Amino acid sequence: MIRKSVSDYPLVILALLLSAYGIAIVYSAGQTDFPVAYIQHAWERQLAWFALSIGAAYLIFRASVRLVDWMTWYLYLLSVGLLVITLLFGSGAGTAASVKGWLTIGGVRIGQPAELAKLTVVLMLARVLAARKDAPKSLLDLWKPAVVVGVPWLLIMAQPDLGTGIVFIGIFFALLYWSGVSWQLLALIASPAVSLILAFSTGLWGAWFLILIALVLYYRPYIVEGVVLVLANVAMGVIAPLLWERLAPYQQRRLLVFLDPSADPRASGYHVLQSQVAIGSGGWFGKGYTLGTQKRLAFLPAQHTDFIFSVVGEELGFIGVTLALALFLLLFMRVVRVASRANDSFGSLVAFGLGASWFVHVVVNVGMTLNLMPITGIPLPFFSYGGSFMLASWLAIGILLRISSEGRGRADTLAV
Amino acid sequence: MSFHPNEVQRRGRAASFILAGAFTFLAAAFFRTQILEHAAYTLQSETNRLREVPLPAPRAIIYDRHGAVIAENLPGYSVSILARTSDSLRVALRGLSGVINLTPEQIEAAVRRFRQAPNRPTVVLADASFDVVSVLEEHRVDFPGLIIQAAPKRYYPDKEAVASFVGYTGEITESELNQRQYRAYKSGQEIGKAGLERQYEAQLRGKEGTHFVEVDARGRVVGEAGGRGDIAPESPDPLYTNIDLDLQRFGASLFGDTLQGGVMALDPKTGEVLAIHSAPSFDPNRFIGGVSTQYYSQLRDDPRRPLYNKVIQGLYPPGSTFKLATAIMGLEAGIVSLDDHMPQACSGGYFYGNRYYRCWEKKGHGDVNLRQAIEKSCDVYFYQLGLRLGITRMLAGGVTLKMRDKSGIDLPNEKAPIWPYAVEYFNKRYGPGGWSNGVVLSLAIGQGENSQTVANMAKFYTALATDGSVVRPEIVRRQTERTKLFQLTADQMEGLQRAMAGVVSSRGTAAGAQIQGVVIAGKTGTAQSGIYRNGIELNHAWFTGYAPADDPKIVIVVMLEQVPFHGSVAALIASKMIEHYLKRPTIQGAQLEG
Repeated sequence: MIRKSVSDYPLVILALLLSAYGIAIVYSAGQTDFPVAYIQHAWERQLAWFALSIGAAYLIFRASVRLVDWMTWYLYLLSVGLLVITLLFGSGAGTAASVKGWLTIGGVRIGQPAELAKLTVVLMLARVLAARKDAPKSLLDLWKPAVVVGVPWLLIMAQPDLGTGIVFIGIFFALLYWSGVSWQLLALIASPAVSLILAFSTGLWGAWFLILIALVLYYRPYIVEGVVLVLANVAMGVIAPLLWERLAPYQQRRLLVFLDPSADPRASGYHVLQSQVAIGSGGWFGKGYTLGTQKRLAFLPAQHTDFIFSVVGEELGFIGVTLALALFLLLFMRVVRVASRANDSFGSLVAFGLGASWFVHVVVNVGMTLNLMPITGIPLPFFSYGGSFMLASWLAIGILLRISSEGRGRADTLAV
Repeated sequence: MSFHPNEVQRRGRAASFILAGAFTFLAAAFFRTQILEHAAYTLQSETNRLREVPLPAPRAIIYDRHGAVIAENLPGYSVSILARTSDSLRVALRGLSGVINLTPEQIEAAVRRFRQAPNRPTVVLADASFDVVSVLEEHRVDFPGLIIQAAPKRYYPDKEAVASFVGYTGEITESELNQRQYRAYKSGQEIGKAGLERQYEAQLRGKEGTHFVEVDARGRVVGEAGGRGDIAPESPDPLYTNIDLDLQRFGASLFGDTLQGGVMALDPKTGEVLAIHSAPSFDPNRFIGGVSTQYYSQLRDDPRRPLYNKVIQGLYPPGSTFKLATAIMGLEAGIVSLDDHMPQACSGGYFYGNRYYRCWEKKGHGDVNLRQAIEKSCDVYFYQLGLRLGITRMLAGGVTLKMRDKSGIDLPNEKAPIWPYAVEYFNKRYGPGGWSNGVVLSLAIGQGENSQTVANMAKFYTALATDGSVVRPEIVRRQTERTKLFQLTADQMEGLQRAMAGVVSSRGTAAGAQIQGVVIAGKTGTAQSGIYRNGIELNHAWFTGYAPADDPKIVIVVMLEQVPFHGSVAALIASKMIEHYLKRPTIQGAQLEG
């Protein structure tokens, strides 16, 4: 066991490159023909947040993973508390004005507790899973992890912030996987959710139900669990239409538009369509940095936050997109490497959870710009304008660097 | 957790595969959108950002035969708004009316134009004054979709003097847009509404250009479209006419604002229309950019009907000018010669049936031959000639002499003259036995069931001025195809022409219309109008003729509508125009092309 005194340079460099790329695009996003002062100067604030984030990351890097482990409980409780306060007194902002995601004191928005919660849920979940000797083997074994994720998840869904909710689900499954839960059990856990989605088509739901029965027979869980699972799937199939009724009209619209964006080209489908037009018209090399017409002429919505990747596509073309995606892929590979080489199970789980959180963000956000994912309004790490998220991302980088530097000098099988 | 290094390694490898797979999928999706579907999205992006602003093309300039301008284009301004929806248009219009005066009608008209062509900038003011434009320029930032552009504006320097043939232009109406001939037109465009402007619309209309402007998502004009060049409007070749603008002006000035009626001057050899004027006239310039309701109703309610073209639309009994037609029928039928006398001398009237038919000359003309009867316009002579012809031959003769046909002049909305096609006409109208042979007496002197246009009488007199053949009168082209109207011997022709010269001599009815050095030949006519003023029946006073008598260069028909005097006054106007046309020095200037 060799303690590395040198930091994980590739990880730092990738994060710095992504941040620089992101801030450059935030700058471009403000360059419109009828400039909006707030967006025009967003890059300056983003740069300030970046500087602050680097400092914070360095402080975290200096702290031992043990310290982080020790702080986890308090941080987790703090973030849950903040979520409760936000739910009671929060305010909306920007494009997501109807989502009460901001903690506001005296009319000043000071941050989005959900960003902190993403971090602390990873830490808490890692702590709970690391405490076990074995990987959870049954549904009953999963009650603790489920509560750790479930409480903040419910608080966030109540805001309602569907996108962040998806990130939590992603973290949950990723960490269960990393802790060694078999894929069959994961599939069983996921089955009610699949039922919920497929319930809209009786045929599809029926097919899924047959697969589920086969899974249950093959995996042979406890009788009670099997029955609970099957019943849960049936229940989901039944309540799905009721749940649909309970969705806010804009949420229903977004889901419908995801299925067919041209159905409503002037209203809800408009954003996705304009994003696709922006990206598609970019071609190989794009229209040139800051020169995207879809963005300049305000056809592109939320070009500095949710749809910032459309700006990359329009102005820098397929080349720029590939570069950004490659940087993300290399970062994630590096994170997997850090997780694989971590000193202990807590560090390993934290590293993998942080990476998984980013991965869900990237896939959902980038997918959304091409209508591969529904519009959920979750930001793109290192790119989307937003101080809390930048800070949270760099805190994660700091933690990862620490885990990496404490990691074992094992044969590098996950070469990146 | 299961944290055995081998297991972690295995899970790490699986995670890497998932990562690689997910990113490959994303990259492939971008490749499809950005590379494979690039063209479609580029088109959509261009459609998003570019709006076409039509650049109006100037209409062709219209020249007279010497190159003087009849219709031209002046620089003007049009004000339009680029709106995405009719609601946003209304908002913009409401904003505009806070800065400039917009009537509710103008606002409604703009909204209507938007509905007809929502993708084109909506014209708010087709002809904005310079003051309005300067005010708008000041407030430009407040109206992001505002487009102020140079728009050529039609102008007729001679105003009222040319209105009756040149017509005017105006915005195409909704019903016109639905017509086949205008299927290439778009709402808000200008078309010829009357006269030459309408007749030669296809030649006069230019080809609209396109200016591309860049707009943002809210329809605000950002600026010129980079990289997308304008398509320049194309102006058509000028239109050369046969009009002699100098004569036209002179003729119009003779009518002034007091006389009402029409005049037409033709070159008898070619059918070229030298002048054509209907009085009272109107100012066509006031129709450009939209005529005001006030001016239009003033014209419409004027009992003298300025919008009604008295040369091609007005139908009037030709009166004695028709006697030449009766004479031709008689000569062609061989039932009379120029020296023949009628059984009964003129004593101021003629008994036929149980009715007394008066001669206009109460004292009577005595015993006259055909030549003298023409000179003095003796009704009694022609009553008897008509009887000798008989109703059947008379009606057939009128049809042959094209008294039922339009002149065919190249102007829109010409009316066909009225002439009974055969005896059946009377049978149908009055019932068999409901009419007497007396109608032939009236027809013989140009009264009765006979109404002619000035244009058709002018065309008929080109036959008398030449060899009995006519050409179609044309304002723009030159007609070469002559149609024989009647066949007379040279002697008969010469006799008729000498008789017509006698009309404008000390012996004739137009003695006062003689001019020095030029012999005018023609015929006066005074037809009863049936309209009384101050207890006197008003006449339609005609003069139809040509000059010089030996080598006709101009055929002229003057018709004064509802006047208390006789054809001799019409002859005075005709002679003044002839004098003006023949005696003035030749205008040096542009040569007629084509």
